[in-house]
Amino acid sequence: MAKIFEAGNYGKTIRSDCKVSIEFTKSGGLKIELDSKIKDYFGNHIISLTKRELEFFGIKNAKILIEDRGSLDYVIAARIEAAVKQAVDTDKEYLLPVIPENTNHTNKDRYRRSRLYLPGNTPKLALNAGIHKPDGIILDLEDSVAPAKKAEATVLVRNALRAVNFYGAERMVRINQLPMGLNDLDYIVPHNVNLILVPKCESAEQIKAVNDKIAEIKKEKKIKYEIWLMPIIESALGIINSYQIACAENVVALAIGLEDYTADLGTQRTKKGTETFFARSQVVNSAHAAKIQPIDSVFSDINDMEALKQNVLVSKSLGFVGMGCIHPRQIPIIHENYAPNEKEIDKAQKIIKAYNEAKEKGLGVVSLGSKMIDAPIVKRAQQTLELAKIGGKL
Amino acid sequence: MKKADKFVINAAGRMVPTIVNGKKVIPFMGVNKYRPTHKGSAPRVPTCIDYPKDGNKIVKSLKEALIKSGLKDGMTISTHHHYRNGDYVANMIFDIAVELGIKDLRWFPSAAFPCHAPIIEHLKSGIVHHIEGSLNGPLGDFCSHGKMKGLGYLRSHGGRYRAIADGEVHIDIAVIAASAADMTGNANGILGKHPFGPVSFSKTDAKNADRTIIVTDSLIDFPCYPWEIMGNDVDFVVTLDEIGNPQKIVSGTTRITKSPDRLLIAEYCAKFVEAAGILKDGMNFQAGAGGTSLAFVHFIKEMMVEKGIKARSMIGGSTKFLVDMMKEGLTDYIFDGQTFGLEALSSLRDNPNHIPIDIFDIYDFHAKGNLVQMMDVIVLGSTEVDVNFSANCVSHSDGRMLHGIGGFQNCLLAKCTILAVPSFRDRIPVIKDEVTTLVAPGELVDVIVTERGICINPLRKDLIEATKNSGLPIRDIHDLKKEIDSICGIPNKPKLSDEAVAVVEWIDGTILDTIRKVEK
Repeated sequence: MAKIFEAGNYGKTIRSDCKVSIEFTKSGGLKIELDSKIKDYFGNHIISLTKRELEFFGIKNAKILIEDRGSLDYVIAARIEAAVKQAVDTDKEYLLPVIPENTNHTNKDRYRRSRLYLPGNTPKLALNAGIHKPDGIILDLEDSVAPAKKAEATVLVRNALRAVNFYGAERMVRINQLPMGLNDLDYIVPHNVNLILVPKCESAEQIKAVNDKIAEIKKEKKIKYEIWLMPIIESALGIINSYQIACAENVVALAIGLEDYTADLGTQRTKKGTETFFARSQVVNSAHAAKIQPIDSVFSDINDMEALKQNVLVSKSLGFVGMGCIHPRQIPIIHENYAPNEKEIDKAQKIIKAYNEAKEKGLGVVSLGSKMIDAPIVKRAQQTLELAKIGGKL
Repeated sequence: MKKADKFVINAAGRMVPTIVNGKKVIPFMGVNKYRPTHKGSAPRVPTCIDYPKDGNKIVKSLKEALIKSGLKDGMTISTHHHYRNGDYVANMIFDIAVELGIKDLRWFPSAAFPCHAPIIEHLKSGIVHHIEGSLNGPLGDFCSHGKMKGLGYLRSHGGRYRAIADGEVHIDIAVIAASAADMTGNANGILGKHPFGPVSFSKTDAKNADRTIIVTDSLIDFPCYPWEIMGNDVDFVVTLDEIGNPQKIVSGTTRITKSPDRLLIAEYCAKFVEAAGILKDGMNFQAGAGGTSLAFVHFIKEMMVEKGIKARSMIGGSTKFLVDMMKEGLTDYIFDGQTFGLEALSSLRDNPNHIPIDIFDIYDFHAKGNLVQMMDVIVLGSTEVDVNFSANCVSHSDGRMLHGIGGFQNCLLAKCTILAVPSFRDRIPVIKDEVTTLVAPGELVDVIVTERGICINPLRKDLIEATKNSGLPIRDIHDLKKEIDSICGIPNKPKLSDEAVAVVEWIDGTILDTIRKVEK
């Protein structure tokens, strides 16, 4: 019996995805079968897309079955490509147009209060992720993707970077642990990714390896835009090396992953978090020393919003400026509680007022009460007010 | 007899028949353009001397009651849907009809559910000629494929009341399941072994049917009080081992949705209500029991607590959630048309401020004003909406029947009607150029809320003005449609046959739209 090559997911609970099965034949042309609830609406469209793509890959004779659960073009195209590439060794990529919304690039110090994790091989969750207004979305290729699905996930993530409107969220991808993660870069660097998360990072050399690979791809593809890095520190060794990691090129934020870190210590993660206090403080300190953003670990109980709030308040008090989230409902709680409190806002407003008055009067020195105010304090006050504004506190 | 004949284009631009199941009907003329002027129904005039002196109307079986009621070919039989998907009574009636060799019956339920799938066999064999009532699940499929002998007739809850009152539908025999009854037919749905809530949907059936049969699994000593159905309207009382399964009333719909996108829609609805100035002390509003509606109430509740606001009344399918709100002092009254769950039932029994309501009072076109008109805001769901703010809640985009109208059309009379819908489902855009089946005329839909933005009907300049600086994502409906089309692509229009399978009635009794046969 001929071998059948498959990619994608199909089942009762699956939505916005499809499974593509290809059996190569010797003759008879392309025989495409579509099993879909939306066949009446999009059947012709899907079949002609399938034909175009198979012809692009030079496939002339095959039986193709598409079992669809309402997937969009970028998903269907990714599943076909992933199935083809299991059988055919090719560097060709079937790329659909990039939507104009996904060609922007981000600043080094933009706010990164919330970053929403999206399993890279689950299109349903990516489609509406942006409407919940996280500061960033992460298309994850690492822990949320089963080993057997890694290859098809990279194709899908590439297509999502081009096709899904994330409504202004920073487009991030978490690559696999190095060295495997270096191969992921081919699929994402040329497609307007804004930031790459490097998991289980333990040394500045690893970041250099990532930077080198990115530079190589950028040179080859003549890409000018900047791609930022957010290493995730998840081990005792990583904590020790966190400052060197934070100082590496293109690193704009340093995140901590506490599940793996506590496992590395051989301890349990508790609500109080005493066991991770040192590590969190170290990451905050290293990040601030390197003038980048320290980012906290995810809070995994998606039903306990009060505990999340307390967790954010503690995180903020330690010096973190953002954290990961695994459910869209966590986003507003995170934004609200990383935002400055009334006291902080009041102080910032006073500083700005004093600064403006001094400027008006042409004074060289700004003071508030008996205290001198220098430029970094003014900048910080401005940031506080901006954060208050986007956090809905002003 | 043709199912549907002599088609014309009505005021909504829809092709509708003027003859349905052999009877003349009036095409839709526009909202508030038509007043039915019939002088009402004419039930059989009974005399008390023909009834047992001791008041005991118990007969030993439903079959005997039906025979004594004169069941014969071509009659109209009504039932209610208070047990929803747990109803046993409708199926029993038609099984008896099979035994008696009766045919061509018209079933006139207040709603049908998937548990009524066995009636498909009776439709095939001719025991039941056609159904006038909501068609969903397997029955909807059957009818959508044009297999029913008569034309389906979809009415709103209020429209059903009106049709009875006008004498448009004459009920020969009403069979009313009551969770408790006495020997003379006083009955309710709140006492007994398997209570389900108020018998709101059957009150008019009991008054206007030629014969009324009460079936109960809990016969109690005279008097059975409260008597939502009065013994004086009842011909026969039958006791059965089981009449329905109250556990199937809930069927999973009465939990707050966990979907982040639906929660966002519900949150936008609540924030809109706040921004529009509707959220204030003494407000009256509808609180549906479905997942998104319940989430809307959840967000409204949070706002009420935070701002110290108290409602005067909430109308709804009553749930534990509503009961808790009343206990917490967030509303003075609950108006209850359908009760979901034990907490709501005991509140209905024990709390005088938990008021059972008659469909006449909330929905009927012939009422001298009705409750929904006084509601400050109502949130509803839909299968499709269009750029003219028209909406569909009965069919899928391919015309296949999915749901009944329920109270949907009646609720459009509220001061602010919000439709809460996802912008697409399984790649199929929910916002269309034109809805497949017209159920809600666009002029009565005030706001459409999706996860990608809020669209306000241009007719509601007051709402547009009130919310313009709210920071909410208020958008032009054409822009939103464009965005959704760019995500999904533009679907092909499914082919529909010319053959009519059902009509949708507007609340005044005119014909709003035609549902056509699904080709496959």
